[in-house]
Amino acid sequence: MIPLQSLAIHTMERDGERIEITISSRFENIELVQVIAEHLCENAGLDEDGSHWIGMAVREAVANAIKHGNKLDTRKKVNATFDLRGPELEIRIKDEGEGFDPEKVSDPLNPQNLMKTSGRGIFYMKTFMDHIEYSFNNGGGTMLLMTKNLAKGSGIASSKA
Amino acid sequence: MKATSRDVNGVEIIKLEGKITIGSGDSQLREVIGNALNNGKNKILLDMHGVTTIDSSGIGELVGSYTTVTNRGGKLKLLHLPDKLNELLHVTQLITVFEVYENEPEALASF
Repeated sequence: MIPLQSLAIHTMERDGERIEITISSRFENIELVQVIAEHLCENAGLDEDGSHWIGMAVREAVANAIKHGNKLDTRKKVNATFDLRGPELEIRIKDEGEGFDPEKVSDPLNPQNLMKTSGRGIFYMKTFMDHIEYSFNNGGGTMLLMTKNLAKGSGIASSKA
Repeated sequence: MKATSRDVNGVEIIKLEGKITIGSGDSQLREVIGNALNNGKNKILLDMHGVTTIDSSGIGELVGSYTTVTNRGGKLKLLHLPDKLNELLHVTQLITVFEVYENEPEALASF
């Protein structure tokens, strides 16, 4: 197995640290990014559950970037950056896709949508993170910004639901 | 994902282990349920104890399996939900859809 250190760039800065990784659009690469997120959170002192839920949000974000953004084109990349400044974690997931209208994403809690087999990924991200926001580049490419204050604890889901 | 099946009094207990995630376990789950139905087994109890990771695709596949089995006149129920899967089903309100059991004899008696 390739050591993570050779895949991810880890930069220590005066006011925090940054980890960056770029993967090709294959589902089997999702876990690499998820594991980085979980380790970063655990190293920052978050408990295992809290780290797990942030890892899940990252998993969903990267899966969407690969499937809906890059449409499984392995020549296209997904880039993830993790910026940790004190307790504030900012995660950016970028793909090379054409973007979408976040307003048109249906609410999976609507009784009409409850039995749908897809459409829960963004909902899980919103549930596990403090804030998520999409931006779209005119020349193509989508960037998802997700933030979480780790000092607030795991902040899972059920407390927000 | 690994799936092992056994029949107990006409109920197919399918033990799932490992990951049910996009690109791997999700399609396998569909296959396992399809095979059971094709073999005439439509009372299905999924033992989730060994499921280590599930994502939104895996959850979607569980929902799809439930619908497929129900449409074929059968029943699909869940046994031994790990805590994190339980949380995921709660936040999406799918916990109201599935019958969930912690105890196998009780689950079997419910069919």
